[in-house]
Amino acid sequence: MSLLHYMRAMQGIIGRELWRFITQRERFISALVRPLVWLFVFAAGFRAALGLAIAPPYDTYILYEVYITPGLCGMIQLFNGMQSSLSMVYDREMGSMRLLMVSPLPRWFLLLSKLLAGAGVSILQVYVFLLIALMYEIEAPWQGYLLLFPALMLTGLMLGALGLLLSSFIKQLENFAGVMNFVIFPMFFMSTALYPLWKLKESSKILHALASYNPFSQAVELIRFAMYGQVNKYALAYTLGAFILFSSLAIVGYSPSKGMMARKGMG
Amino acid sequence: MKKCLYVVGLGVVLWAFNAEAETIFVSLEKDNSIAVVDPLAGKLLKTVAVGRRPRGIALSADAKFLYVAVSDDNTIKKFNADTLTELADLPSGNDPETFALSQVDKRMYVSNEDDSQVSVIDVDKNTVLTRIPVGVEPEGIAVSPDNKWVVSASETTNMVHWIETKTYTRVANTLVDPRPRALTFTADSKQVWVTSEMAGKLMILDAKTKQIIKELVFEVDGVTAEKIQPVGVLVDKKMQRAYVALGPANRIAVINVANLTVEKMLLVGARVWNIAFSADQKYLYSANGLSNDISIIDLEQLKVIRSVGVGTNPWGLAVKP
Repeated sequence: MSLLHYMRAMQGIIGRELWRFITQRERFISALVRPLVWLFVFAAGFRAALGLAIAPPYDTYILYEVYITPGLCGMIQLFNGMQSSLSMVYDREMGSMRLLMVSPLPRWFLLLSKLLAGAGVSILQVYVFLLIALMYEIEAPWQGYLLLFPALMLTGLMLGALGLLLSSFIKQLENFAGVMNFVIFPMFFMSTALYPLWKLKESSKILHALASYNPFSQAVELIRFAMYGQVNKYALAYTLGAFILFSSLAIVGYSPSKGMMARKGMG
Repeated sequence: MKKCLYVVGLGVVLWAFNAEAETIFVSLEKDNSIAVVDPLAGKLLKTVAVGRRPRGIALSADAKFLYVAVSDDNTIKKFNADTLTELADLPSGNDPETFALSQVDKRMYVSNEDDSQVSVIDVDKNTVLTRIPVGVEPEGIAVSPDNKWVVSASETTNMVHWIETKTYTRVANTLVDPRPRALTFTADSKQVWVTSEMAGKLMILDAKTKQIIKELVFEVDGVTAEKIQPVGVLVDKKMQRAYVALGPANRIAVINVANLTVEKMLLVGARVWNIAFSADQKYLYSANGLSNDISIIDLEQLKVIRSVGVGTNPWGLAVKP
């Protein structure tokens, strides 16, 4: 296998994902509506809060909608990661997965390409969301928008890898509802997306601990700092570690001899 | 030629640096001290003890002397603004809270809250020239840039008192909305802008007729009316924009002077009290009494760029170029 084969395969996978995203206008709109509802409706209700206490990366007091914007970027990527896992299950049921898996290229490469494609789509969604937020006067320094790209790539890969890992456990499309209830909601609400860690500590130490160890919290913090042109090294290391762990487990999960696929008879 | 360019270049760099390099002195009501802040670095440099309950604070026109009203010591202290060494105690009368300095004849006008009077002090000779009776609990005080008028707002009588500087006599009173706490003249000395803490209102008084000519009631989305308590007020030299600190609403209202509309509400720290311009009026600084910090606002971008912790209950600010 030459490098050209690898490139062509990756191009095919990413191109398919992007094409699917562009042609499914409803998917694009619904991916945007979700965080916008949170921003314009939910955050507006908390606007009365007289500013949040200063905590890095912020240099001064901020309104609640400014605080939750990085969390909503994370939310877009979380849902996108799960959506990708849903599409993996769908592909598996429809048989198109088999087509991908019989490719002579290593399975880890195919899965990584799939992850890159998912992350790329989520980044596109995040930037469109931030453009709309900009019109609502939620703005970051321009350096922040640049630094955000690699941060979003890593967080998108990590959340996509989590989705991939979960999809290796899901046998049927119907089981996806369980992912919503047991993964997406707890991950989102038990994180720093909606409330700062110090605020959680005030109400419950257990919640605070759970939120600190939640990889989604660290992904959100990585995005939050990047938006203001800063690197949160702890969040970066944590997110990178989580990505390596989730993607390794997903690769094992999709391995024909060892993983869940073998047990499901789909290898 | 090259040398000449270097010199010009260096000059421009130094000028640009100096244009922004300034020091902010913040009176800390509960810490009995003043905080010295470098706004460019956004850093608290040091805290200096000055006396009990420092509130009103101002610099002399040449920025050589710093005056601080230490209310519980019943005096106004004079400091060397560079070294912060104490030079004199001015005979301010009881419980001085705020004062205004004339930039022309070195007169200081002090609000004596407990005695319901305004003391006039010759700051060079360190003597009281006279004491003028005004309404109950005088607080806000200002001298017109043309040095013809002193206005004093008494927060219980709800009046603005007009004192002629030539004769040191009170010649008129204007009834205003409840609890007027702060006031300022426009650069042309033609108007006085007064805030009413209880009515959540700004009133503009004509210096000629001594009557209210315009009013503006403040509203902040999502903030209840009782939290909107306007206090510190400033109008820029070009008279294009005015700024009003809204107390527990934690906002500074940016007002378009031409059409008297609120352009923007800037979120700052808790219970923003008094405000001060930078020397070039490119920045505005606010003392946030309950969050124990000051906020630095970029007036070109109309953005709060930083809040800096300074100490307990910051009250007023003076900016040394």
